[in-house]
Parts: sequence; C-alpha cells; structure tokens
Amino acid sequence: MYPVLQYFVVPFIHGVVLTLVLLLCVAYLTFMERKVIAFMQVRIGPNRVGPRGLLQPIADVVKLLIKEDLTPDAANRVIFYIAPVIATLSTIAAFAVIPYGGPEATVSIFGFPIRPYLADVNVGILYVISISSIGVFGIVLGGWASNSKYPLLGGLRSAAQMISYEVPFGLAIIGVLMVTGTASLVEIVQWQQQHTWLFWLQPFAVVLFFIAGVAENNRAPFDLPEAESELVAGFHTEYSGFKFAFFFLAEYIAMIVVSALVVTLFFGGWLPVTFGLGHLFPKLPALLSGAWGGPWVMLLFGMGWVFIKVFFMLYLYLWIRATFPRYRYDQLMNIGWKFMIPASLAWIVLTGAGILAVQAIRS
Amino acid sequence: MEFVVFAIFAALAVLAAAGVVVARNPVYCAVALLVSLLSVAALFLVLWAEFIAVVQIMVYAGGVMVLFLFVIMLVDLEQRGFDLGAGRIGPRPSAFERGLWAVAALAFGALVLSLMVRSLDLPLPGADRAATMLQGPYAADGRGLGNTEWIGMLLYTDWLVPFELASVLLLVAIIGAVVLARRDQADAPAGKGAA
Repeated sequence: MYPVLQYFVVPFIHGVVLTLVLLLCVAYLTFMERKVIAFMQVRIGPNRVGPRGLLQPIADVVKLLIKEDLTPDAANRVIFYIAPVIATLSTIAAFAVIPYGGPEATVSIFGFPIRPYLADVNVGILYVISISSIGVFGIVLGGWASNSKYPLLGGLRSAAQMISYEVPFGLAIIGVLMVTGTASLVEIVQWQQQHTWLFWLQPFAVVLFFIAGVAENNRAPFDLPEAESELVAGFHTEYSGFKFAFFFLAEYIAMIVVSALVVTLFFGGWLPVTFGLGHLFPKLPALLSGAWGGPWVMLLFGMGWVFIKVFFMLYLYLWIRATFPRYRYDQLMNIGWKFMIPASLAWIVLTGAGILAVQAIRS
Repeated sequence: MEFVVFAIFAALAVLAAAGVVVARNPVYCAVALLVSLLSVAALFLVLWAEFIAVVQIMVYAGGVMVLFLFVIMLVDLEQRGFDLGAGRIGPRPSAFERGLWAVAALAFGALVLSLMVRSLDLPLPGADRAATMLQGPYAADGRGLGNTEWIGMLLYTDWLVPFELASVLLLVAIIGAVVLARRDQADAPAGKGAA
C-alpha cells in the first residue's frame, strides 16, 4: 500500500537492525576470542570488567571511542579517512543476502512482511564474493595513504594475498552451483532441505572454501598483512582511535560473513541439526525447526540454528589461530597458486563426473 | 523511481570518469575509476542485469583495479621524471595539434553515439531462443534478461566460438605475461623478482 515505505524505509530499518546486531556480535566475538585463546593457553583471560569479564567489550569500545584519533602529517588525508570506511562498509554489505530463516518464516510487523533476509537475489553467492573483493581496497588504500613503509608493505602483501585467494574462494563454490543449479543462497538452503546437507556431497569443497576464507580475512595463519613480528602492525600501523576500530570491525565482520557463508552453503543454513535421525523420526525436523508454532517461532528457531552453527565456525577460526604458526610469504603464495587453485579445479571436474554418473544411474 | 536511481548513478559514473582524467594524483584517478565502475554496475542493476552487474564488480573493481593500484603504489612516478604538479607528460602541444585532437575526439564520440542509437532498434541477439530454452521462473516475463542461466545457455550454444576464442586470447595474454616476467628475471639475476 505504501511502496516507498515497503521498498525503502522498511528494508532500511531492517538493514540498520542487522548492522547493529552484527556490531554487538563483533564486540562479543572479540571477548570470545580472548577467552578461548586464553583457555587454550592455560590462562584466565579478561575477568575484571563486570561479572566474569563480560563487560570487557563495552570498555574496549568506549576506550576506542575516546582515544585520540591521530593522522600522520605525511598521510594523504582524504584516502586515509575513506579507507577504513570502504573496508567496513563492504563487509557489512555482504551480509545483506545471508538468510537466517526460510521464506516460510516471514513475519509481519505493522502489516509489512519482513523476510528473514534482507534480499534474495538471483546471484547471491556471486554478490557476496564481489562485494568482499571490494574490501581489499580499504586495506590497500589505507596502507598507501599512511605514507609509511610498514603499512605500505602490509597493504601490498594483502593485495597480492587477497587476489590470490579470491580465485580458490570462488572456484570452491562452483561445485555447489553445479549440484544445486542456483546461485541464490535461499534456494541453496531449500535444496539442502529437500536433499541433504551439501557438506556430505562436497566435503573437500568445504575445506578449500574455509581455508580460502581464512586467507581472505587475513586471519592467522594467513595474517601476513599485519604480521606484528615483521611489519609492526601492517596496514593499520598508523591508525588509531575509531579509524582503527573500523579496520578491526571489518576483519571481525568478515569472519562472521565467511562463517555464515560456510553454514549457508554447506551446513544447511537455518535447517535444524537432526544428526541423521530425520529418517527414523519423520517428525523431528519439523519439531526442531519450529514448524509447529507459526512464523515467529520458525524465525526464532531458524536464527537459533544459524547462530549455533556460525558460533562453531567462529570457534574453528579461533582454534586455528591458537594452533598454527604464521606462514612465510612464499609458502602462502605456493599454497594459494600451487595447491588451492589446482585442487579446486580438480574438485570441479570430479563434481561434474559425479553429477553425470548420478544422471546415468537414474535414467 | 527507476529514473531517479538511473540519474544518480549515471551522473556519478560520468563525474567519476571525468575525475579519472582531471585528477593529478594517480591514486585519486584509481579511486575515481573505481567509483565509476561501481556506478556502471548499479546501472546494470537498474536494467535487471544482476549477473553482469556482479561480474562488473568482481572482475573490474575487485580484480583489475586492485592490480592497477598495486602498480601505482609500487611505481614512484615522481622519481621517474613525470612532473605530476604540471599534470602532463612532455611539452605542451601546439594549438594546431590540440585542434586535431579535438576533431578526432568529436568524430569518435559521434561514431559511438550513432552506434548506440542504431543498436536501440536491433533485437537482442538470441533473446527469443533463450526464452524458449529457459524453463525457469523468468522465462515467461523476460524480466531476468541478465540472469545467470540465460547468459550461460547463450554463451555455450550460440556464442560458443567467440567465447572460446576469448578464452584463448586470455591464455595467450597469461603466457605472454609469464614469458616477459621470466626474461626480466634472467636479465637481472641480482633482483629476486616479484613474489
């Protein structure tokens, strides 16, 4: 009835709410990172601010907000300012197409239908990949604009690294596209609802995709752009205060985006975990997905499942960081070009052969 | 509504393209080019060509522009004798030369414009064929003109030969780049070469 409201204002509010939730998640992801790594290193971790240290992220945010925001004299001011914004915006934008519930969990607020995803575009996966490829500009430009040698080296490293790992990142999902026949993230999960989790069909692609994702995020063991033992702090050496916080946000939101992508593409997104008992107890999936209670219950359950699965992927990130030492630069390039890309190409050929074999058996 | 979106992004694309030419700092040129490419991607979206829009961002903005920036950042132009402050390379051209360039630019502009106007009348090649081949949700209304399935089908049937030729061209370019890089390395054994 009010097209402007329905197509502009409501999605805008939806996006703002989604962004705020993401920011809150990032705040507590940093807390989780410190606690988990402390646990793995037999330390206690932050425990002073609030009960069990739970208010630590709030204190960190306040500290970053009121810290002096320095700009080096020799820096290129315009680009120095826009670089962190590019980095953060591109990762937040990637979240627009990630579903946290099925179309059947569409709820109505004040008469406006709110779907559990901001957009279901035909080219969903490609959209995420292309938007995240914009994020590298934030790092490269930030490194250059600082006009200082360590940030420049960090920026150049990240440019080379992210371009190299974008290729296997994209190639790893081609198998998914071949099996499901669609690039829309919602339809991919619906395909998994009818058949099975793509993890069982594409186990090798999951591994490739996640490794490439870790490298895309510049996370350990691929955190060469900010290798503190060589480059001080890499591309964000000259950044402080809230501009630094923006780079920080970009990195953690990108972690959440990659985790959510892995969950959506391979682990059934909002679908419940039934441990393979769905066939024994046909009512179990409906029970666990909240299908007994209308759209609001389904939305809650869907969000819960997505949250739990994303949580496990994020834990994996932290686990990897606590376990593996950083790669050397030539090792990084060798893994990217000489293992990841040929392996993902081989997996595409294998997937194609598998699809042909299944078709031959069925006909 | 479509017109408003089109007007915003078309203006942005043209202004940014002008910025690429006018800006003196090569990094500003690169950023302006990036804005221009992204605006063109938005224009593709207005035309319902989602696939082309995404590919535009992925290939040009995410791939080509990053490499441009990479090179710009590595090559210190001021050290190589280019006077960036003057905004030009070499001596100022004479009035006759400049007139000649203006005529050439106008003629080229007119040629492109006439081709664009002419192409408005032509039917989209293979559109009817794709409509019959495609049995997806977009087959009936033709809304998904830029859809992945549609492009894929046309690319691998009607346009297979040009498609394969283009890939051979890219392969030649890759091999050429490798050959050039290797010769560079052989000439200067002291330098380790690019990583």
